[in-house]
Amino acid sequence: MHKTLAVRMFILILAGLLPACVTINIYFPAAAAEKAADRIIDEVWQLQQSSSQALPEPGSSHPQNKVTP
Amino acid sequence: MKKWLMLGLLALGLAAQAQGNLEVDTPVINSLKSSMQSRFAQLEPLFSAGALGLTRDGKVEVHDPAAIPLAQRPVANNLVGAENRDRAALYREIARANQHPEWEADIARTFGRRWIEKARPGWWVQDDNGQWKKK
Repeated sequence: MHKTLAVRMFILILAGLLPACVTINIYFPAAAAEKAADRIIDEVWQLQQSSSQALPEPGSSHPQNKVTP
Repeated sequence: MKKWLMLGLLALGLAAQAQGNLEVDTPVINSLKSSMQSRFAQLEPLFSAGALGLTRDGKVEVHDPAAIPLAQRPVANNLVGAENRDRAALYREIARANQHPEWEADIARTFGRRWIEKARPGWWVQDDNGQWKKK
């Protein structure tokens, strides 16, 4: 009887924590947005001359997100 | 019970990972980028002449029409319109690609700040109060 109550309480607490995990990502990620903006602006305005030479590099160095079982 | 704990840790890990970088590598974003990149060749002299300026909300505006020869004004206006359509689509698409359409305005303001920061000396940009100033 007591055991099932403890389990239920634990599940309830976890259920309460789950929205907290989601909340983390609801706030606007300002630093990440700034980084993304800088990358796109540099490309559109071609601000980094060296990046055009190293263009094939980022593509090939992209980690292959293979899902291993 | 261990399973729940593992699941919770996994969710936390995923949330933390999602926080690090924004997804900006989609076909739509890439095509908008190349469209803006090729248009920039025509926009650049207009920025340098002081005809166009960068707004704080991430757009381009005609700052001084007199700096554009009369015959070229319709072309310049078309360029500004097309650029702003691409920019709006870019901000919207980045927000959508990251499953947060409501971030669109924040993304536009972030881009606004960064375009202005990277603008060349002599270009017109808006300050925090929306007033034009020369960099």
